[in-house]
Amino acid sequence: MSKHIATPILALALTVVGAGLSQPVQAGATFDAVKARGSLNCGVNTGLAGFSAPDDKGNWAGLDVDVCRAVAAALFGDAKKVKFVPLTTQQRFTALQAGEVDILSRNTTLTSQRDTELGLNFAPPVYYDGQGFLVGKKVGVKSAKELNGATICVLPGTTTELNVTDWFRANNLQFKPVVIEKNDELAAAFFAGRCDAITSDASQLASIRSAQASNPDDYILLPEIISKEPLAPAVRHGDDQWFDLVKWSVYAWLEAEEKGITSANADGFKGKSNDPTIKRLMGDTPGLGKALGTGEDWAFNIVKQVGNYGESFERNVGMGSKLKLPRGLNAQWSKGGLMYAMPVR
Amino acid sequence: MVTKGAWWNDAGVRAVLYQIVVLGAILLLGWYLVSNTLANLAARNIATGFGFLGREAGFAIGESPLAYAPTDSYARAILVGLANTVIVALVGIAFATLIGLVIGIARLSSNWLVARLATVYVESARNVPVLLHLLFWYALITEALPGPRQALNPIANVFISNRGIKFPLPVWEAAHGWMAAALVVAVAATLVLARWARTRQAETGQPFPIIRVGLALILGLPLLAWLAGGAPTALDRPELKGFNFTGGHTVSPEFVALLLGLTLYTAAFIAEIVRSGILAVSRGQTEAALALGLSRGQVLRLVILPQALRVIIPPLTSQYLNLTKNSSLAVAIGYPDLVSVANTTINQTGQAIEGVALVMAVYLAVSLGIAAFMNWYDKKTALVSR
Repeated sequence: MSKHIATPILALALTVVGAGLSQPVQAGATFDAVKARGSLNCGVNTGLAGFSAPDDKGNWAGLDVDVCRAVAAALFGDAKKVKFVPLTTQQRFTALQAGEVDILSRNTTLTSQRDTELGLNFAPPVYYDGQGFLVGKKVGVKSAKELNGATICVLPGTTTELNVTDWFRANNLQFKPVVIEKNDELAAAFFAGRCDAITSDASQLASIRSAQASNPDDYILLPEIISKEPLAPAVRHGDDQWFDLVKWSVYAWLEAEEKGITSANADGFKGKSNDPTIKRLMGDTPGLGKALGTGEDWAFNIVKQVGNYGESFERNVGMGSKLKLPRGLNAQWSKGGLMYAMPVR
Repeated sequence: MVTKGAWWNDAGVRAVLYQIVVLGAILLLGWYLVSNTLANLAARNIATGFGFLGREAGFAIGESPLAYAPTDSYARAILVGLANTVIVALVGIAFATLIGLVIGIARLSSNWLVARLATVYVESARNVPVLLHLLFWYALITEALPGPRQALNPIANVFISNRGIKFPLPVWEAAHGWMAAALVVAVAATLVLARWARTRQAETGQPFPIIRVGLALILGLPLLAWLAGGAPTALDRPELKGFNFTGGHTVSPEFVALLLGLTLYTAAFIAEIVRSGILAVSRGQTEAALALGLSRGQVLRLVILPQALRVIIPPLTSQYLNLTKNSSLAVAIGYPDLVSVANTTINQTGQAIEGVALVMAVYLAVSLGIAAFMNWYDKKTALVSR
């Protein structure tokens, strides 16, 4: 049987079997199950450089991967206690709903429909993205408004198809979609000249360009960003304690950057700071860990083992990485961005 | 008189009882799965039902034989996907049968080179997974052909590029309607004539050149209608405008790649089925027919193939069904078939179970339709003992 038929059928089977075996939701069920198992099942992308992809040594790396590592560090004190489950766009929600994974950290856009109809809860966004267009420089297009009549390569199974259709309709322009299921095949068709442009989240386009173009400099991202794509980790409904842990792991990760605590200098802050926020974050003022159901040094472990949000960003997608994405909207709020940790107190 | 035992010792009653128990168990299992799934979906606040079919789809489809706009409903989008699937399946079945027949006969040819070439084709085509066939043809088309600005132009107004094959279409006028009507009349007349010719030949032995006359009718009548309608020659020509050609008709690279892959793959299997069918007719039949003075072509057409058909048709039906189902691989190379459109629908609505059930039901219906037609044809060609 083809993989393409198999994917939805697998999803179906997961739901049916999951429905048959797992008892529906109890408070603390996920939290207790993860703790008893001793490791975290984390749903990630099958391969998206910078967000979740295995590195040359076979270890998973990326911004989405670091979210799960942070949660593992908070809960177990060990960022390595994560089992990564690569999921396609079709499988991802069913896998989370059926209990195959505990967290879905897979460049997933937070939308109202997913939050409600799919029975998910979203932690704070870890990357504010938007859908853009990548075109060859020699096409000579400077704006997406000049793409009337163009053929555009689109990845299915995302909000992308809908966004691009809406945007062209709103601007009274025509286009022809070419919809190919696999990222690699889609990018190959684009680079072979089947399409005039390829559209996806801007971060993903940067990832494709760095990984698959024979000469990345021959391609440019058009200035138009046609949608809001806040990428956020998700958990399923029914375990608020688990949702709290994931949410505050992300906030602690953000807060650490704001306070200038890094993996390198974390030891210098623990037990040595007079700032009450840092004292709470480092576990010197106890209480927070107990409330979350973890050890008091949960946030310290995140920073020590994974680094703060800024470190993760630079390492995986920032100017120091192959993707060379600017901080833009993903800078701290104090620096004109949208990253704003709720007060840890 | 035999004394009747207790009713539960009666073999007939027991057989019925067992069947009721098994059927009941299957229904119970089905009910358990459905109700459990529904209960759990409800517990997780996941919406269920087919209500989404009436909502606006909102996504565009690359090619569509039906009128379709993003403002149409999901139901309409799925119908477009189904139409694309049916088109590629029907065209694929026609070509695969034709190529399979030729290759199957060629494998039995007494010409060494022809037979060997046919063998090489069959063995190489059927031993490569069909998905690779598709990816190969798609990569070949998109990588090897030039972009639209450097399109190949083999005949005036026909352009071949990595955006597809563009050719002109006549601008629709009343005369074309008359041509279509004339064609229908010609085909009907040919069928009636063929029937008459067969009866006459059976009764009197006199042959009638039905192929030549039929061809003349089918080509001649529409031509007359075209001349009578004022011989309109206006063409809707493809023109390079902006990014791509506008006007004319387009056969997309995705369709061509899918058609080539499915056809060449399935034709290899059909060739083997044809060969086995021909070999199933005993050598004596050929020799007897030759001894009667029939030509080689006549032997094949009148003696061998009619008898081979009854061996060929049942496995041929399976190949037709395989081709139809394999067309679902289209999503790998971007042809908007039923599965591709359903995938998008599932992802936008999140209603995987309904979407997959719908796709399964549609494939089942299409496959049963093909099977019913082939079974009818099988009965028709079965040997009739007189």
